[in-house]
Order: sequence, then C-alpha cells, then structure tokens
Amino acid sequence: METPNPNVKMWQGNVACAEAALAAGCRFFAGYPITPSTEIAEVLSQRLPMVGGNFIQMEDEIAAMGAIIGASLGGAKAMTATSGPGFSLKQENIGFAAMAEVPCVIVNVQRGGPSTGLPTHAAQGEVMQSRWGTHGDHPIIVLSPFSVRETYDMTVRAFNLAEKYRTPVILLSDEIIGHLTEKVDVPPIEQMRIVNRKKPSVSPDNYLPYELNESDIPAMANFGDGYRYHVTGLAHDETGFPTNNPEKIQVQLDRLNRKIDRYRDDIVEIETHYTEDAEILVISFGSTSRSARRAVINAREKGIKAGLLRLKTIWPFPDKEIEVISDPVRKIIVAEMNLGQIAHEVEWATRRSKPVVRVNKINGEPITPNEIFNAIIAQD
Amino acid sequence: MAFRYEVRLSGSGGQGLILVGKVLAEAAAIYDGLNATQSQSYGPEARGGASRSEVIISDGDIDYPKAENIDILLALTQEACDKYIIDLKEDGVLLIDSQMVSRIPEGNFKIVSIPIIQSAVERLGKFLVSNIIALGIITKLSGVVSEDSVKHAIRSRVPKGTEEMNITAFYTGIELAQKWLDQNGPLNT
Repeated sequence: METPNPNVKMWQGNVACAEAALAAGCRFFAGYPITPSTEIAEVLSQRLPMVGGNFIQMEDEIAAMGAIIGASLGGAKAMTATSGPGFSLKQENIGFAAMAEVPCVIVNVQRGGPSTGLPTHAAQGEVMQSRWGTHGDHPIIVLSPFSVRETYDMTVRAFNLAEKYRTPVILLSDEIIGHLTEKVDVPPIEQMRIVNRKKPSVSPDNYLPYELNESDIPAMANFGDGYRYHVTGLAHDETGFPTNNPEKIQVQLDRLNRKIDRYRDDIVEIETHYTEDAEILVISFGSTSRSARRAVINAREKGIKAGLLRLKTIWPFPDKEIEVISDPVRKIIVAEMNLGQIAHEVEWATRRSKPVVRVNKINGEPITPNEIFNAIIAQD
Repeated sequence: MAFRYEVRLSGSGGQGLILVGKVLAEAAAIYDGLNATQSQSYGPEARGGASRSEVIISDGDIDYPKAENIDILLALTQEACDKYIIDLKEDGVLLIDSQMVSRIPEGNFKIVSIPIIQSAVERLGKFLVSNIIALGIITKLSGVVSEDSVKHAIRSRVPKGTEEMNITAFYTGIELAQKWLDQNGPLNT
C-alpha cells in the first residue's frame, strides 16, 4: 500500500465538474435535478454555501436558466446543469444569454433521446442542438470532455471562455463520463488560469453596455454597482435599449457573431494521436473517443496506419484542423453515439473529397473499441 | 504490455454494488498506485432491476472503461447472472450467491459458490453488508489489490458510524474466500 497523495481524488465526472466550477469562481448554481446530471447539483448544494455562494433548486429548467442569467448580470459566475429534456427547456433562455451577452455555463450530461429517452444511458445526440437549439443566428461555444480529469479542466475553461467573450458556454458531457469514476490529479488552484470579465473603466454616465470597440467584446458592469442599463432579448443598440433601426441592428448582430468567429483559434482545441503518417483517420469526441483511441492503438499494433483526431471543442467546429489533418488520409471514420451529426460536419470540412465512414449507435450502449477497429480494417 | 483486470459486480438495484465498485477502484488507484475506473449501468428504477457496476484495474492507461473480457463476475441474483454472464472470459471466475443463483449458466469458467447473503445475516445480523462481504471475497480471490488498501478505501467511502461493521464484513468475506480456496484449491487467476 502506498501513502495516498491528498491531491489525487477518485471522482466521478459530475463531481469533478462541480469541484472545478468552484475552483473557477462559480458562486451561483440554479438547477432542476435530472439524471444523469444530478450529482453536479447535489455536490454544489452542499459546497456552494461553504464558500459564500448560493444554490437554488428552481421549479423547472427554464427558471433555472433564467436564474443563472440574473445572477451573472449581478456579477456572479453562474452555472446550471441538466440533461436532454432539460436542455431542450433551457433553449429559449440560452438564446437570451447569447443575445444579451451574459456569461454563463450550461452543462448538458447527455443521455439517450429523443424525448425522455434513456435517463440512465449515454448518448451524444445534442451536437446540433447545442449549436442551433435556440433560434436565430447566434454565437455559442461548446466543449466536450473525454475523461474525468478533462471534465475538471474543461469546466474551468468553460467559465474562462464565458467571461472572456461574454457568452454562454456549453459543456457537453455524457452519461458515461458524468458517471465514470477515475483518478484526478487536481491541479493546485494557484497554478490555474482564471479569467474574469472586463469591467467598465468609464463612469456610469458614459457606460455603453453594448459598445462597439476594437475587441468586439464590451465591458460588463454588475447590476447594483451604479451602472444602470437595459438588458433585453430584443434587438438593441449600444445602450441596450431596443431599436428597429436596421443599420444599428446590423452592426450589433455582426459584432455579436464576429466576437466568437474572430477568436475561434483561441477557442478551438483538438488532440491528435498517430496522425503524422496516418492513412486512416478516426474522428471522435467525448466518451466515444476513448474507444476510438483504443481501436487506433490496436490497429497500430497490427501495423495498420490509423490515427485519431479528438475534438475537444465542438463549436466553433474545428473545420480548418480537420481539413489539414485529413488531407493525406484515404479514409475517415467518424464514431459518435448519434446518427452522424459530427460526420455531416466532417463531410463539409473535407468538401466530400474522401469517404467518411460512420460508426453510430443510439441504443444506450457505448460504441466499443472493436466496432471502431472493424471499421478501420474494413475493405473500402 | 500493461495488464488489464476486469471486474463486474451484478445484482439488483439497491444492493450496494456501485459502492463496492467505487471502493475497489479507489483501493487500486489511490492506495495501490494503479489506474482504475468504475462505471455503472442500471435501469430507471430506484430499487430492483438488474444492476451492474464495473471496475477496470490496470497499470497502464484505461481507454475503454467498460468490461468486455471479464476476469471476475459477481452475481447476487439469478437475473443478473443470466443477463451479465455474456462477457465473462474463458477461464474467468463466476462468483455467485449460492442461495440466490440456482441455475448456473454453462460455459468454460470457474464457479465459486458462497452463501454471501446468508453469511451477512447470520454473522453480522445485517443483510445490508452482503456487498462488503462480496468485496472481501473478490479481494482474496483476485489478488489484484491489497487487503490493506481495500480496508482504507472502505473506511473512506462507507457512511460514518458503519466503518467497524463494514470492516468486519470485509474480513468475513476474506475468511469465506480462504475457506473456499482451502476446500477447492487455488484459482490461478
């Protein structure tokens, strides 16, 4: 027996998410319990009051999303956590957060769908919903972890990106990662990079909450700090008040979408294994990418030149990276627990220049390494 | 090549098998310096229904965290035994509760049949600690984690105030496994 290192924890993904939120400075959580995300609320209901934060169990998921928007406008880093049906309910208010540029983190621990589907089994069916679930052209950032440790790191990063870009950020986990218990070497808090939103440097009289500036990201005042301004989901001008002026609307909506597009290189993260000389490229994300990595290692042991591209950022989509890395390969395999939501984007990113083989499963069971391996060795 | 040891704990929802999985994984990962994952699969019921908890232990990276080639399968109910036997590897160990599992599936594996639940009731007066007795048996039969590590992991994971009862249950399991080995010979896992 070894003496345990106190920084090494055996955590499930959902616990790592809750602990990381606290480390990132989250001081407000509102939610409505739903399997398989409930442990996030459970942990934060105990831990938030200990650090001077607030936890509210709301009457439903819609209200929970509204509550975190309000808390964030008041200056708190705020988060909610849910799964499939609850994620659907949050969509309208996610759009409000995107439009009003309110930083917040939404965790969706994906379970089998559609509808109430499979509460206790995993799926990855919300790739498109996380991008387009709310109406209108809006920016969004979506990250997807493949391990418990990465759940920790990505939750911190989700808060950092939300604060930096004044936007909702979605952490797209799944039942396998959320409920998987594994070792986490928790990084010392003083070594972690924590980003806080930019506060106005002007007096309240001169403050423009949706100012057009060089960075495209306006400074954000806390409600209650004397900076009185208007927040609305209606199209608005620099002051935050609604407008029907097409020029003012255009300039604001252009900025809203551009503020993520122009920084996409700072946001997009991928990971590659054995891609340098790969002839067959497997693309995957989240829990399925664990099976994909095993399949690629098994293929390499048999002398097959397979490689893995793992998507850490799902939106903005890593299209440039996929185009470059897949250029020399003869076949692409996309493994995902849905019917091809990422595969479709991969076909676009590669301009359909090579075959994209889909390995899909939606019955609640994980895609196994063997299923991906069989796709690697299958004759074209 | 890294070793990979797979344990599947199966029974009925509410028997505490997820806890046993977490304790076993913690013993391996925190106290024995190995890598370990614990995952689970269960239905929407709060109690009842076939339920399983899986632990993978390795000295290398664990990519796929689910069991596919099981070294030891615990089945505390007939339903779980019938449903989850499928991934037991050739020459693997099927550990069953001798009173709950009467129909033993056919196959090329070793059967260890022990009155786990009865022992919990008779020796500790609590059927609730059957899971920890099973943990003791698995610890002894598998040899993949040290007894001391499991003991520490039990203390850190079970509800406060129940530590001593659970430690007693754990050693009851070790003793039952030793008795089985004395009577039937080593398993060579």
